[in-house]
Amino acid sequence: MSETVKTSRRRWLLYAPLGVAAGCGVAFYAMLNGMRTGSFDPRGVPSTLIGRPVPDFALPAMDGIDKPALAASDLRGVGRPSVVNFWASWCVPCIVEHPQLMRLARQGVPVFGVNYKDQLPGAQAFLARHGNPFQRLGVDAPGRVAIDWGVYGVPETYFLDKEGLVRWRWAGPITPEVFEQDLTPLLRRYA
Amino acid sequence: MMRAAFILLVLAMPALAAVGNPEDRLRDPAQEARAQAIGRDLRCLVCQNQSIEDSDAAVASDLRRIVRERVVAGDPDERIVAFVHDRYGDFVLLRPPVNAATALLWATPALALLGGMLAIRAMRRRAATTPEPAPLSEAERRRLAQLDETPRA
Repeated sequence: MSETVKTSRRRWLLYAPLGVAAGCGVAFYAMLNGMRTGSFDPRGVPSTLIGRPVPDFALPAMDGIDKPALAASDLRGVGRPSVVNFWASWCVPCIVEHPQLMRLARQGVPVFGVNYKDQLPGAQAFLARHGNPFQRLGVDAPGRVAIDWGVYGVPETYFLDKEGLVRWRWAGPITPEVFEQDLTPLLRRYA
Repeated sequence: MMRAAFILLVLAMPALAAVGNPEDRLRDPAQEARAQAIGRDLRCLVCQNQSIEDSDAAVASDLRRIVRERVVAGDPDERIVAFVHDRYGDFVLLRPPVNAATALLWATPALALLGGMLAIRAMRRRAATTPEPAPLSEAERRRLAQLDETPRA
């Protein structure tokens, strides 16, 4: 081994930690940027339903609300993209997102509701006060159907295509930004 | 005396505190132990660094109840875990499965060991090929002796 080869290798070794640090920096920046734009969420639980039909279920209608009950069969032959929303009157983010659900309903998108672990008077008052965007509304008082869907908190919203396959799931409130950046493109794509 | 009793009570509190409703626990201690063992490997989706056995979240309590119902029904452990896994995906497993996405995670210890062994081998080889330094010349030896005699501060 000649002396020049040895020193050049030494120099390379000198820069190696710098290279590793730079690589980590780039990766870290990409991660932070993804967290900022929402493309990367380390706490997000990906839905196992994506690309699959909804699980079998049948929920009773809500007393005193003039909307039919909700079952899996109601979500299979809709013939157009639809939205299923899990909500509760005790859930504050549900109040935040409610105007966006109303807006979807006004646009003619079928919005189906599942009232999760709620009490009847509270749920009725919620709909009377904020409006009822739901075409059908099922009541899941024990929260078991929600578990079959993989729901881990309210609000949670699922987007179904024409055939009734789940294409998108949003855990958390649908803000105007989510409406513009996710729902509107989805509606166009699966129209 | 009262103060000592109070301090003792406060210190004993964590031992008395158990997550969940005691009525939800199974009467059969063997079944309850099985349910807890299954639950400790299932991650709570809400407070993500706790198992469902440790978490007070509503979903965790529902999942605890489902695990117990299935234990009582006589389902094998794998079927119970599969039930929850089907609904919540790999995320719910505190022990991640080996698949394409987790291959690097599982391989990291082996890769680190391999890397270390290669580094040690390279170092030993280099040490073996490095020639012994030439002995000091007469002039160098004199200079060294001179340095040795220099009084130190």
